Amino acid sequence: MAQETLMGDEAIAYAAVHAGLSGAFAYPGTPSTEIMETLQELAAKIPQDSPNRFVAQWCTNEKTAYESALGASFAGRRAMVSMKHVGLNVAMDPFVNSGLVNINGGLVVVVADDPGMHSSQDEQDSRLLADFARIPCFEPATQQEAYDMTYEAFDYSEKHHCPVLIRITTRLAHSRSIVDIRDQKSQNLIKKPEGMDWILMPAVARRRWKEVIARQSMLSEESNAVKWNLLSKGSKALGVITTGLALQYYKENLADYRAAKGSDPMHLHIGFFPMPTELIRSLYETCDEILVIEDGYPYVEHLLRGIVPGKPVHGKEDGTIPYDGELNADIVRKALGLLENKGLMVKNISLVGRPPQLCQGCPHADSYTALKEALKGYMLYAVTSDIGCYTLGALPPYSAIETTVDMGASVGMARGAAEVGLEPVVAVIGDSTFYHSGLTNLLDAVSHKTNMKVLILDNSTTGMTGAQPTILPSSQLEPILKGCGIDPAHIRILRAHKMDNEKNVAVIKEELAYRGPSVIVMVRECLEALKKARKA
Amino acid sequence: MPGSFKESEESMKYDIVLCGVGGQGGISVSVVIARAAMAEGLRVKQSEVHGMSQRGGEVLAHLRLGTEEPASPIIPRGSASLILSFEPLEGLRYLPWLSAEQGTMISAVTPIKNIPNYPDIDSVLAEINALPRKVLVDADALAREAGNVRAANIVLVGVASRFLPLKEENLKNAIRELFARKGEALVDINLKAFEYGRNYNS
Repeated sequence: MAQETLMGDEAIAYAAVHAGLSGAFAYPGTPSTEIMETLQELAAKIPQDSPNRFVAQWCTNEKTAYESALGASFAGRRAMVSMKHVGLNVAMDPFVNSGLVNINGGLVVVVADDPGMHSSQDEQDSRLLADFARIPCFEPATQQEAYDMTYEAFDYSEKHHCPVLIRITTRLAHSRSIVDIRDQKSQNLIKKPEGMDWILMPAVARRRWKEVIARQSMLSEESNAVKWNLLSKGSKALGVITTGLALQYYKENLADYRAAKGSDPMHLHIGFFPMPTELIRSLYETCDEILVIEDGYPYVEHLLRGIVPGKPVHGKEDGTIPYDGELNADIVRKALGLLENKGLMVKNISLVGRPPQLCQGCPHADSYTALKEALKGYMLYAVTSDIGCYTLGALPPYSAIETTVDMGASVGMARGAAEVGLEPVVAVIGDSTFYHSGLTNLLDAVSHKTNMKVLILDNSTTGMTGAQPTILPSSQLEPILKGCGIDPAHIRILRAHKMDNEKNVAVIKEELAYRGPSVIVMVRECLEALKKARKA
Repeated sequence: MPGSFKESEESMKYDIVLCGVGGQGGISVSVVIARAAMAEGLRVKQSEVHGMSQRGGEVLAHLRLGTEEPASPIIPRGSASLILSFEPLEGLRYLPWLSAEQGTMISAVTPIKNIPNYPDIDSVLAEINALPRKVLVDADALAREAGNVRAANIVLVGVASRFLPLKEENLKNAIRELFARKGEALVDINLKAFEYGRNYNS
């Protein structure tokens, strides 16, 4: 059997291709980005005339990516959409409703959660959203499982005619191990679905919803017998439940636990949801105490604890394991009642942090310098901002922005603040984020002639995630702004460079003085993107 | 084998923390060591940090080698056999992961002062020198001597080769493989950098 050393993200990409993928769609977001990057690398290696050729495309945002994947499934072909956890919020409408259609070609939704918020604004747990949409969810423990589950998820999706969510976390996405590779399957032929199951008008949707409820109940039954959910015998004194990657942190400590306590706990590992209720009940009834170890929300634990008092259940809700942050082997060690591992300690110096910062010579830095200078003299003003490298403008020496909430929020929040009287307001947003979710907010501003300024930092790339090309080139931005209805006199294109600072400050000042919607575009290519282009 | 966790003839595990600041070539080092380990039939697990923290901040990789598949992708505290640090302050940051009984710190001496409050460098180096098992090396100087300052990361692999439970030849092969597509000249520079590191006496 062939083997490859793969990161979790790479393993998922390989598995999808080997399972006969026809179309993959995504928007970049850490820790999911490498799935599409790997798919594109694999796609480039396939000869033009091969029947294994597939489409792997970056999209404007997660919603458009999801809908493209859904269309590919409608056509009868296997499709995958991948995103980070907060991206699923953007795609929530197609996600939840795709649970109601009669999925045709296998549809696999990969969502990479980020417990510990390494590169994110929250710790939301996508397993709960799979539950919310009433669709099955796989949670791999290793790179091998990430591969195997993805490979099989397409069959599963076609068998049960529903989307399948694969939930991974940062640590699995970005760690590597050796993975056994399976055979290449051929792609599905185009075959449209029959009947009206894809037309979710109320009469159809009511019928489909009943079928979804019945399906979920059947899957819940099946969950007790799938190979991913395993109950193993052990001491009655403690029952341990692990899900996904938490299994590895548990295994890391198992030899020491055995040495200290004389035997293994009874153990249930869950890699597939809906919950295997029979297996959970069996463990609960047998054991004196239960410890639930999971990375993310206390999803299984919360269910088990319930409302009515019962046996002691330990986990995040009783503080045995920290509720927030990323799980690791040291936390699990403590939760199992084992002695803490100690390394060495620094004695005489202070280990000052090295926070991330904008690259030396980054165009964003020059844009912030100009903006701050232009705002001098205003007693009251607001600068809203967004998700990207330029979020680092919140830190010294810039300290230039006041908000970062979600993709595109800078424009909408600036508008709302302006509408209720806070002036002047500037929204700072990158070009990729602007296309993703800023554009629709700008239409609101045009419609209501809101007195707000949008500063688009146009570096032609999605920088933070490793410089993926933006959905449209810089040359398209100005016509789009004009087409939206921004007065061409108030679309100002500037070069984001310190040599132009004086001029840039003057132009921004002019626009601040104008009482209406205006857009200033600060143009200069991302240094990382330049570096990447030179390497290629 | 100094610093290695030889539990018995059958079972061996060896955890390495690789750290530095963005752009120092930490990922290449991780690839070289991992490939050499796989050439010897060892199981490997490696964990990297991508995304926001790559922007000029701390860079960290965990590399776990073993006769058995390592379970956790990240190294538990107090269990690393080696910290391989491209920057002295960064090496100290991960001391809690170094085994108090057997762990060795190998660090480059050159500080990267991209923060306003970098501590006094003499105190930083003194802190490393006070450790029970350590090697401090001017990797930049040795790399320059080898022909390219960017080979400092491979100088550190050379120093580490005296501690790693891996054959010298397998590490060299991995270096050849990694730099092959960049030309013979760069392969030679990196092999030289490896030798300088391997023969370095602190």
